[in-house]
Amino acid sequence: MTAATRETLTSRVRRALATVTDPELDEPITELGFVAGIEVRLREDRGHEVSVRLRLPTSFCAPNFACLMVADAHDAVLALPSVDAVDIVLEDHFAAEEINAGVAASAGFGGVFPGQAGGELTELRETFRRKAHLACLELAVRKLVEQGWQVDALGAGSLGDVPDSPERRSLLRRRADLGLPTDPAAPLLVGDDGGPVTADRVATRLRFAKAVRVGIEGNAGLCRGLLHTRYPRRAEEVEP
Amino acid sequence: MYRKDGESYFIVDSHVHFWDGSPANQANRYGKGFIECFYDYHRNLSPAQWQWPPEKFGKYTEDDLMHDLFTAGYVDKAIFQPTCLNDFFVNGFNTTEQDGAVAEHHPGRFIVNGTFDPREGEAGLEKLEALAQRWHLQGVKLYTAEWKGDSKGWKLSDPWVYRYLDKCEQLGIRIVHVHKGPTIYPLNRDAFDVADVDDAAGAFPNLTFVIEHVGLPRLEDFCWIATQEPNVYGGLAVAMPFIHSRPRYFAQIIGELLYWLDENRITFASDYAIWQPKWLVESFVDFQIPADMQAEYGTLTPEIKKKILGLNAARLYDIEVPAEVIAGLSPEPAAAPGPVPKVSA
Repeated sequence: MTAATRETLTSRVRRALATVTDPELDEPITELGFVAGIEVRLREDRGHEVSVRLRLPTSFCAPNFACLMVADAHDAVLALPSVDAVDIVLEDHFAAEEINAGVAASAGFGGVFPGQAGGELTELRETFRRKAHLACLELAVRKLVEQGWQVDALGAGSLGDVPDSPERRSLLRRRADLGLPTDPAAPLLVGDDGGPVTADRVATRLRFAKAVRVGIEGNAGLCRGLLHTRYPRRAEEVEP
Repeated sequence: MYRKDGESYFIVDSHVHFWDGSPANQANRYGKGFIECFYDYHRNLSPAQWQWPPEKFGKYTEDDLMHDLFTAGYVDKAIFQPTCLNDFFVNGFNTTEQDGAVAEHHPGRFIVNGTFDPREGEAGLEKLEALAQRWHLQGVKLYTAEWKGDSKGWKLSDPWVYRYLDKCEQLGIRIVHVHKGPTIYPLNRDAFDVADVDDAAGAFPNLTFVIEHVGLPRLEDFCWIATQEPNVYGGLAVAMPFIHSRPRYFAQIIGELLYWLDENRITFASDYAIWQPKWLVESFVDFQIPADMQAEYGTLTPEIKKKILGLNAARLYDIEVPAEVIAGLSPEPAAAPGPVPKVSA
């Protein structure tokens, strides 16, 4: 393999960043347009330093989510072979200074905002993993209903009943994120804790799941729109 | 009043502002960031012909306000919702006093709402009493995302809030509008979480809580709470303009709200000057749930539209509604909270 055919480090960084999602919107930050630039530098000691610039739809986007994305981006890029140092810079955000400095120093969330945050963001991340799972469940179930399944019967359905499709793959990934079983025999409908959903609660749970999905999709659309309004010329700049 | 196809729609715009976000009034970079954020919402969700230049958006005139709401915008009654932001703007962004001065120039046009900040403790209670007496408050708007020194926001579950809500009841304040948005504290929680509304609404069944922006982006949590608490309403500020840019999403929001809440607890609002009531009212009266979604969500009848555009807010604020609007409507459901709208000839 010659150097010319090898995947560039920039491209590998981009793929690493594609594993980082906005926890609230449940989409990769690369697809949302949050990655404004990637730069690779050779240091004097021959090590590679990677700089990534991130940007968000508004200056007042919730700093907890911003912090999660900056920290996740930092970890994802640093895990790449031949990356020796990482600098993630959140731009144009009211709390950019604190977040950038805190993540660079690996201060943990409590260290980024002393006095304003108790503990870490694990619970917040879990909350949104549960929402993402519900939204994906609703889309997968929709496939079954289109095939003629009655909602009352869905409580007896298993994962294997959902035909292979993007919806099924999304659902499996969200279940794995939550530590829920992913084998074909596992029940399709489960509570947040993985427990069964009783027949009388199936319809309500699916109805709620739908409201969750509408919320997430709508929010993602709004965020995309606001980002484009805020950075009209730069929106297409960093496509791979 | 808006009339179309033989129907008359009484319009209550439940959420309007008269603000000063101009550079001269900005206290710091946060004030600048705040009005820029509003402006991006305005630009992103308004039709091109309704977009203002940034200078006008920062500070518009009383004439603009009166024209856009009442001359062009079909509005019969507008409700001022203050957003003080004293940490961001030298003279505040949009205070009760500024709103009240305009309202006094134009009798009968506006309802002036006040506000409180539970972080002001005992002194804030006295301030609220003075505000209530001066402006005859029926409602307050709570801006939980307001910064105050080191504090970057508050919640309805915070200490002191129930003292203030008690005080509201004593002062005859019946309606509590709650902005649910990105409060920043505590940072390790969901900043948009609406769960605190649930407890407050349960503890104060005689107050009506109007959740602005229908809890977006936590629509599902808002809907869930509203099914539990009959005194929780949804205000459509910020949700309305999707009718233009993303009509299918707008249909889903309205569809979910009608499913979870019913048509008696949803109120129209433009959030002027972020958006203008004229195009919102026209679009909403013309709007229908897309055909392929009607099996799930049903359709919007003129009666539902009349309630959302004005009758629900009129009931809450005791506003007289002309008889031509009410004619032919089915009687108010007995279970609907609040008094039946007064009818005038």
